[in-house]
Amino acid sequence: MERDDLIVNDSYSLNAQHSEEEGVKIRKKIIFVTVLLTAITAVEVAMGVIFKRAETFSWEMIKWTFVTLTLIKAGYIVMSFMHLGEERSVMKKTILMPYLIFIIYLVYIAITEGFGHLYNLTNFH
Amino acid sequence: MSGHSNDNVSSEELWGGGRSPYGISYGKMYMWFFLVSDALTFSGLLTAYGFSRAASQDPWPIGEQVFRALPGLEGQYPLIYVALMTFILIVSSVTMVLAVEAGHRNDKRGVVRWMLATIVGGLFFLGSQAWEWSHFIHGGGGSFLLAKEVTITADNGDEYILPVGEPIFMDHHFGEIAEAYSNGDASVNLHEHHGHVTLTQFGEHTHEVELHQLTIHKYIEDEQVISGDDIYTLWEARSESFTFGANMHENEYATQQSYANFFFFITGFHGFHVFSGVVINFIIFIMAYRGVFERRKHYEMVEKVGLYWHFIDLVWVFVFTFYYLI
Repeated sequence: MERDDLIVNDSYSLNAQHSEEEGVKIRKKIIFVTVLLTAITAVEVAMGVIFKRAETFSWEMIKWTFVTLTLIKAGYIVMSFMHLGEERSVMKKTILMPYLIFIIYLVYIAITEGFGHLYNLTNFH
Repeated sequence: MSGHSNDNVSSEELWGGGRSPYGISYGKMYMWFFLVSDALTFSGLLTAYGFSRAASQDPWPIGEQVFRALPGLEGQYPLIYVALMTFILIVSSVTMVLAVEAGHRNDKRGVVRWMLATIVGGLFFLGSQAWEWSHFIHGGGGSFLLAKEVTITADNGDEYILPVGEPIFMDHHFGEIAEAYSNGDASVNLHEHHGHVTLTQFGEHTHEVELHQLTIHKYIEDEQVISGDDIYTLWEARSESFTFGANMHENEYATQQSYANFFFFITGFHGFHVFSGVVINFIIFIMAYRGVFERRKHYEMVEKVGLYWHFIDLVWVFVFTFYYLI
């Protein structure tokens, strides 16, 4: 296969090219995402400082809030900065499916096995 | 896969169906595939970290307590430095996406300018990480372990029964000389008199520091300051060895060495990505400057290194949450 990205004036990149006016709109969106990502990070740090881990129930809630905020940040980076949102749907699925399958499984195993010693203590003593 | 950048090949010749089913060039697709596999590596590392932490019986240090220093400043700023690093990386991601946007308008000056800004951002991040590593390795004053059980009263009035092996933390003024003393520096003298512990470093400028404050539970939530007579009680009960900062064998932050090892490996592996990203960005910057992409009439290479650079930001977002925050 030829390097289709090296061919002069004949690349898929040409589909992504845009005019000056469209550029203004795109830059506005970039600024919006920047402010959003920065704000979320600031909120996360503030939450980490304010809320105490000792209160188990509320900390559990905070932890899941952190995970949710992180996924929102990740979504904006991947979909907006990395332009995955503008790719074909088959491309999107190819990239995102491995995560739905493997990483959720990996996290599940890590959490259940990680607490394994606790279950042993309650079951066998 | 040889590059014939000057051959004109029609897309009918390249693909039987006339276009790539993914609608993107092979180079961009393989960058995505590489990023998927690289993301799985980082997921594995963070999962292993979570596993170790969940399986740990001793308290695990929390980010707000360990990472709370700023260069050149006294006082405590929990996670502010790490948040600053995150901000630097976000900004450098933004300048990258602006370079890609300029490329889509075939604006050579724009691409060159934003690529340069991205490289500067990356260098700032690397510098920040170097400082953070150095701070982590040097530590916040060091600790010693108790050789016997001690009951003390903290400054808040609560009584604590500290078990054998409990780490007791020194402040960084005392810790600095204590480190030289424990390394066998002959110019440092230990003086214990009427419940006062003093270390003196003789030299051009004789330097004397008295131990006037100790801390327990420094890197977990319930940090307590100890002063007064209890200092001497704790000092008397210490075991032989001190721990200062972190290395590959021991660390003052946790009884588990895996805490320090994960710090070194996860942030180090990420930092290596940043370093290689800066190098690749620099190559593309030079190519853009020399007009290679202008002659090619598209800036797809900028998009591809942009993907890699955004991925670095993406990974950091997860490291920030799962290593520092939670």
